Amino acid sequence: MKLYCLSGHPTLPCNVLKFKSTTIMLDCGLDTTSVLNFLPLPLVHSPRLSKLPGWISKDGTINLEKELKDCAGRVFVDSQPEFCLPERELLDLSTIDVILISNYHCMMALPYITEHTGFTGTVYATEPTLQIGRLLMEEVVNFMERVPKAQSATCWKNKEIQRMLPGPLKDAVDVWTWKRCYSMQEVNSALSKVQLVGYSQKVELFGAVQVSPLSSGYSLGSSNWIIQSHHEKVSYVSGSSLLTTHPQPMDQSSLKNSDVLILTGLTQMPTANPDGMLGEFCSNLAMTIRAGGNVLVPCYSSGVIYDLLECLYQFIESASLGTTPFYFISPVANSSLEFSQIFAEWLCHNKQTKVYLPEPPFPHAELIQTNKLKHYPSIHGDFSSEFRQPCVVFTGHPSLRFGDVVHFMELWGKSSLNTIIFTEPDFSYLDALAPYQPLAMKCVYCPIDTRLNFHQVSKLLKEVQPLHVVCPEQYTQPPLTQSHRSDLMLELQPPPMPYRRCSVLNLPFRRRYERVYILPELANSLVPSEIKPGVSVATVSAVVHSKDNKHTLQHGITEVKVEETADGHILHLQAEDTLIQLEEDGTHIVCDNNEPLRTTLRDLVLRFLQKL
Amino acid sequence: NMPEINVTPLGAGQDVGRSCILVSIGGKNIMLDCGMHMGYNDDRRFPDFSYITQNGRLTDFLDCVIISHFHLDHCGALPYMSEMVGYDGPIYMTHPTKAICPILLEDFRKITVDKKGETNFFTSQMIKDCMKKVVPLNLHQTVQVDDELEIKAYYAGHVLGAAMVHIKVGSESVVYTVSVNKYAKSHISAWIDKCRPDILISESTYATTIRDSKRCRERDFLKKVHETIERGGKVLIPVFALGRAQELCILLETFWERMNLKAPIYFSTGLTEKANHYYKLFITWTNQKIRKTFVQRNMFEFKHIKAFDRSYADNPGPMVVFATPGMLHAGQSLQIFKKWAGNEKNMVIMPGYCVQGTIGHKILNGQRKLEMEGRATLDVKLQVEYMSFSAHADAKGIMQLIRMAEPRNMLLVHGEAVKMEFLKGKIEQEFSIDCYMPANGETATVTTNPSVPVDISLNLLKREMALGGPLPDPKKPRTMHGTLIMKENSLKLVSSEQALKELGLNEHQLRFTCRVQLQDPHSDPDTLHRIYTHLKSVLKGYTIQHLPDGTVMVESIVIKVSSSAEDTNAKVLLLSWSYQGGEYFFTALCIVKRLMYQ
Repeated sequence: MKLYCLSGHPTLPCNVLKFKSTTIMLDCGLDTTSVLNFLPLPLVHSPRLSKLPGWISKDGTINLEKELKDCAGRVFVDSQPEFCLPERELLDLSTIDVILISNYHCMMALPYITEHTGFTGTVYATEPTLQIGRLLMEEVVNFMERVPKAQSATCWKNKEIQRMLPGPLKDAVDVWTWKRCYSMQEVNSALSKVQLVGYSQKVELFGAVQVSPLSSGYSLGSSNWIIQSHHEKVSYVSGSSLLTTHPQPMDQSSLKNSDVLILTGLTQMPTANPDGMLGEFCSNLAMTIRAGGNVLVPCYSSGVIYDLLECLYQFIESASLGTTPFYFISPVANSSLEFSQIFAEWLCHNKQTKVYLPEPPFPHAELIQTNKLKHYPSIHGDFSSEFRQPCVVFTGHPSLRFGDVVHFMELWGKSSLNTIIFTEPDFSYLDALAPYQPLAMKCVYCPIDTRLNFHQVSKLLKEVQPLHVVCPEQYTQPPLTQSHRSDLMLELQPPPMPYRRCSVLNLPFRRRYERVYILPELANSLVPSEIKPGVSVATVSAVVHSKDNKHTLQHGITEVKVEETADGHILHLQAEDTLIQLEEDGTHIVCDNNEPLRTTLRDLVLRFLQKL
Repeated sequence: NMPEINVTPLGAGQDVGRSCILVSIGGKNIMLDCGMHMGYNDDRRFPDFSYITQNGRLTDFLDCVIISHFHLDHCGALPYMSEMVGYDGPIYMTHPTKAICPILLEDFRKITVDKKGETNFFTSQMIKDCMKKVVPLNLHQTVQVDDELEIKAYYAGHVLGAAMVHIKVGSESVVYTVSVNKYAKSHISAWIDKCRPDILISESTYATTIRDSKRCRERDFLKKVHETIERGGKVLIPVFALGRAQELCILLETFWERMNLKAPIYFSTGLTEKANHYYKLFITWTNQKIRKTFVQRNMFEFKHIKAFDRSYADNPGPMVVFATPGMLHAGQSLQIFKKWAGNEKNMVIMPGYCVQGTIGHKILNGQRKLEMEGRATLDVKLQVEYMSFSAHADAKGIMQLIRMAEPRNMLLVHGEAVKMEFLKGKIEQEFSIDCYMPANGETATVTTNPSVPVDISLNLLKREMALGGPLPDPKKPRTMHGTLIMKENSLKLVSSEQALKELGLNEHQLRFTCRVQLQDPHSDPDTLHRIYTHLKSVLKGYTIQHLPDGTVMVESIVIKVSSSAEDTNAKVLLLSWSYQGGEYFFTALCIVKRLMYQ
């Protein structure tokens, strides 16, 4: 049993598990941090960005003026942003049988895998994961296609040249494998391979393995996965949360008795308390608005935004922000808000109860109804005429490299009255802001990451007691910047098996049993004898039939006729020229070169003995 | 004795209404649905629970109750059963059913107690207490009721939240389905899989009808409504608050929009808006077409359909009114019917099945004079139309379902005996499976023949597979020998050696001997010595001894040489080994044989 690790990003994993005879990809995360090396894509022409000087090496030998631009001492690639894909050389991806998706953030690389590797399998995901994942993909594609960029920069990727570049470009890895965004057609084709599953649904794979998604409490429809046969169990834990936000709570008990637990997707902000961050978010927002400034919240169009809106719903009145317009701008804003209301089964108990009334589970329905929250597909169209300041804008992409957020950065960046509040934990806010420097607007960093922290995860592991834990190497040591914090790492006995991009791990399994089915006819013919109280035995001689990885036992042996002589207990099988000499303390079988017969006799005698 | 599954309908056995079916499978007892009968006002209204036990509560006799959908003939007896007879175990139903069921129960209670003045009926509090025992089911989720009993719900179409259930204990299983409509397949979640249940229990309300296409029926419906409106008549459509009503509303709404019609459409009872709201929030349970467009336009937000007020019934001019209940047996639909029945310009469209005893049933059978309370008679002059919009299974749907699920036996409920008989014949002929149709209180028994799951030691399996050739070779059967150990609840199949070891049994010596004949001119001791030196040179790493008693030992194998009296060249090698020494034997034998040819 092997694990191939195709992504080095601990929260955007992509691993392949070879389990019995199946090849299972666990998540298909796309590392988007690579886009931070690129210049933002402005929606309207930006004189500032277009006037940035090109980059020439100090000695003047390398001139990449057209590809690289210098902004406030940092160098950016002037090209359509590219993503860092999961490793594709480690194993033949066309051999993958199934892909299990744990949440909508962990499926963004799907089109690259399903469309360009010869993949012919099935993708399993829950309905909210599919629907919201589709929205997130649609959004990124839309952001990219809205501002087509003819130029594709490749010279800087040359190894010799990259070596000479200033950091962080110099240190970027595998830049040759970086790829532009996929098209909507590829998204549709990839998602047509998704088969929907419900929590605790048991899905049989080729009769050999059963997989089952469990609620992970992190986002709508998010799941952890159990991959098991009758005697082996692997738990795959991806983004999970124990906080009470909107999704159904995490199913912890089903993770018990795992031989191996693969642990990914812990919080990226182990020292930031989500509740505290939420409070800070609200107070900074109110402060800015009161001072007459605008608030920009770069965010994904699904997930934490639902909780932010719910928090604001309660906060607006008490902070007398009743007249402040809240805008949510995204090509999928409307769909995301609508979809969130129709997944009652996937919500926490409180929200389910509201649906029974029947009321919409999320209060943003009321914010929209009362015109406090307005949503627009983009800054063009209705928004430009209805837009009032000061206001609060939720928009993407959180990397600040593409999407409507780029426009607001250009618009509001120069005034110190305005505030940008970072809530998504995926990007370093300093890196995100780099191409906008110098910047006058205030920056507040309140990353809200509800995923498990180290304290919660060690408690969880104590509870479910897996025999072995596999995790990204990042979790086995304290963060680089806080090397003294030994509480910010996993300390387990036995120690976890760490992996990094391109690792291949042999999973420590001791398979000892396999399930077989004894057909009724054979079962009825067995003669059990009680050896000790409560323990019976019966010898079984049967033919093993294996089909679809299921083994059945049935009759198949020609009966051997046994002649019994009166006193000597000598059995003579004339046809086979074989003698069986039975005595009080021994049996002697004399037969020539006929091994199958010998084996049969051996077992017959054993059976006979056991009857005694 | 063969394991068996018993199915006993307490209601809906060769009858329509009051569905309640007991299934006992693998030592578990399950109640499927717990409905009431619309046609009765006495004891016959509810299933006869005394069949389960004469004295007291049902909790000890039932492992779980499963409700297929929110129609009262499937859940109307639930509070009576759980709170008045007494049942504290789990009651399973889907989320939409859990949401809507208590509302309909409360409605039913109000009509019975407040209007008809019946006492000894369940109270509002009892409905609430009953609903607390409900565990919601998600589609396709495998719910473990206990260690052995698992249930799984599939989408059934029929009405919002209707489900088929797959009930499984060990390798025995039963599928129960309400009226599956064939449009269920258009739902994004797949239909039932080929789960090969021992019994498929299905409703058969429309067993003999093979209904024409849905589109035709829809066109026909719109035409009739339109004609009546044109001639200034009023159209009454008696419906149940939730279910097909919403689909018909969508149909009329779009028609009104397209034809720019002005006649008012009303929906009676306060339930309307609430009902539509449920549809909006549970849109994932509706059909694909509605789901696909819901972000742009929610089909359940109606522009033309407004709430009905009692006084509107006397307004002049054409109108369309959806009124509850659906079989004209009580409430607003009956009141309006009485007002409009005398005018031949008006029309009543019955969009669903009506059970015997209801006014709906009578007028559908052509009765034109109705006896009302207080000896009054009512002349029915308005036009009566029947349109089977209610999504009960028809023969075609049931046949399709059988093809999908491949059951070993079929069992029909919730239909009229004569029609069932017809369908039974059809099923037995086409699929060559037994089809049962027990009456209420009658038990259908099906014997099952499950195989026995056993854990085989991987060593043993691999050894057998190694003998049988490399893996995987599904076509080549392999013989294996092992010992089955039955301990507590576990069944383990291991090699005999391992069994002995595990059970701490003394072994019984088992020896084998075989003769190999060869021609060798040397003397017996010389031959033996030659064999000894040869084995010694070939078998490195084995213990090989030449013993003074004239034998050679290779590990535990004893080799002796003798020659026949007549021909001293004809030597007989005796190889003898114990049962455990078997593994070395082949090596030794091969070498000896090779020696023979040298």
